[in-house]
Amino acid sequence: MRVWKFGDDIDTDAIIPGRFLTIYDPAELAKHAFEGTRDEFAREAREGDVVAAGTNFGCGSSREHAPLALLGAGVKAVVAKSFARIFYRNAVNTGLLPLVCPEADAIRDGDTVSVDIAAGYIEVDGRRLAVEPVPWFMKEIVDAGGLVAYAKNLDEVKTCSTE
Amino acid sequence: MSATIAEKIFSQRCGRSVRAGEVVMAPVDAAMIHDITGPLAVRVFREMGGERVFDPGRIIMLFDHQVPADSIPAAENHVFMRQFAEEQGIHNYDLLEGVCHQVVMEKGRAAPGEIIVGTDSHTCTYGAAGAFATGIGSTDMGFVLKFGALYFRVPESILVEVEGEFGKRVGAKDLILSLAGDIGADGATYMALEFTGRAMREMSMAGRMTCANMAIEMGAKAGIVRPDAATWDYVTARRDIEPFDLAGDEDAAYAERRRYDVTGLAPQVAVPHNVDNVVDVGDVAGTKVDQVFIGSCTNGRYEDLVEAAEVLGNADRFADGVRVIVIPASRTEYLKALRGGLIERFVEAGALVEAPCCGPCMGGAFGLLAPGEVSLSTSNRNFRGRQGSAQASVYLSSPATAAASALYGEITDPREV
Repeated sequence: MRVWKFGDDIDTDAIIPGRFLTIYDPAELAKHAFEGTRDEFAREAREGDVVAAGTNFGCGSSREHAPLALLGAGVKAVVAKSFARIFYRNAVNTGLLPLVCPEADAIRDGDTVSVDIAAGYIEVDGRRLAVEPVPWFMKEIVDAGGLVAYAKNLDEVKTCSTE
Repeated sequence: MSATIAEKIFSQRCGRSVRAGEVVMAPVDAAMIHDITGPLAVRVFREMGGERVFDPGRIIMLFDHQVPADSIPAAENHVFMRQFAEEQGIHNYDLLEGVCHQVVMEKGRAAPGEIIVGTDSHTCTYGAAGAFATGIGSTDMGFVLKFGALYFRVPESILVEVEGEFGKRVGAKDLILSLAGDIGADGATYMALEFTGRAMREMSMAGRMTCANMAIEMGAKAGIVRPDAATWDYVTARRDIEPFDLAGDEDAAYAERRRYDVTGLAPQVAVPHNVDNVVDVGDVAGTKVDQVFIGSCTNGRYEDLVEAAEVLGNADRFADGVRVIVIPASRTEYLKALRGGLIERFVEAGALVEAPCCGPCMGGAFGLLAPGEVSLSTSNRNFRGRQGSAQASVYLSSPATAAASALYGEITDPREV
């Protein structure tokens, strides 16, 4: 499983351009992931590959097609120094794991990677890099496998005004 | 206890004092869905076992990204959404009214103190009405459609005090671009921007919407302009609501306080391919442009079109070889421009005037760029590939700078026209 390394401020238009937003099937979206900015990704990404990046990954448009395109390509986790807010939530909600890794700069394109979430680290070419856990209130969603699975079992929610 | 506006809004809606950093399941006052991200939200709502939406009266539906339908899949999306609206009793503005954020504001669907979500990152625009408004993904929206509530982390706030007076042909867009350049594309991530100061108080609602709209370009969750008489005039003209005070306290725990003075600010331009890559117009003056787009949720209002028309003045034509695309942000704004004679002027000068929609900023419907082409746009994003080819270049500016550049075929300081 290899690393696809990107830079800072990777926006969701780059992950999946606007002209493909009538597509909702992850496998179909994956055919156009990073189209125009990194064409080989769609051709060569394999099940279990990891996307790594610098700061502000997933900035811009709220399109959930972005995490879906990565999931469709077989990517299960994105490791970045920081994430844009909406992408982070969309990733958790759809079952793509966003991992904040302060040392993400040390990850190189093509590195071999394995992810051990329970242990709180990733292993990149034999080196362990610490990753921050998802916030507690999102952990239940991650554990359920996404927000859909989480919400299926709920009949109602207690809001802060009714609890 | 002292609080920021964001803290006050969440405290009021929760019925108890909440502070930045707390995570709350908060009730949602309004939820906006459109033709691109709405269909996925509806599918998720169903997958979650949703049968009836929490309150059809609080859901705002419209189509603006691909209108009129630019493809069969887009047309199918419209049909799918229309059926959902009918089934659920949701009022659907359909493709008749314009760009979502302009429509929500002008129909009075946003008001001070409300919590509003939309499946569009520029939902933060409604901060101009004093609402806490933020963009969410389709799965979060599926949850909102079902339960009428969503988890929020109450954000820290950056107080942005804007003083001074704008010079000639310099305004809200130049201010917010300069802020993006200063704060950076992720300088406000997870936070709210709270705008105040003399220059904000003197700014029109249209200008405030431009500022709040681009809070997301700094990573912010919301951009809230302190409500004042102008806010309440705007909101009460559209909705039956009693004005109240909503301001951040002087001694509230702001994460940061930033002061800006717009006196002497030059027209600003964001250069490819990041919104925070901002320079004075003089630094890029003379750059040839193939296309100029005046429109979008950021700068497609009547006031923006007036600003562009004033720069056009009595000139016969825009420069040869430049495609000028003008798209009013809504039907209402279009009619104002039509009745004011602006549309006639633009068409006479060689512009293509399109019906209200997102236009080239959607990056898929029409107005796309070929490899190597250069666009100057009054919209909000200049990401690589945002308006077509990833080998094209997009610059961002105010309507005045866009009009001046359209006149000369190259990026031009509007103060020199």
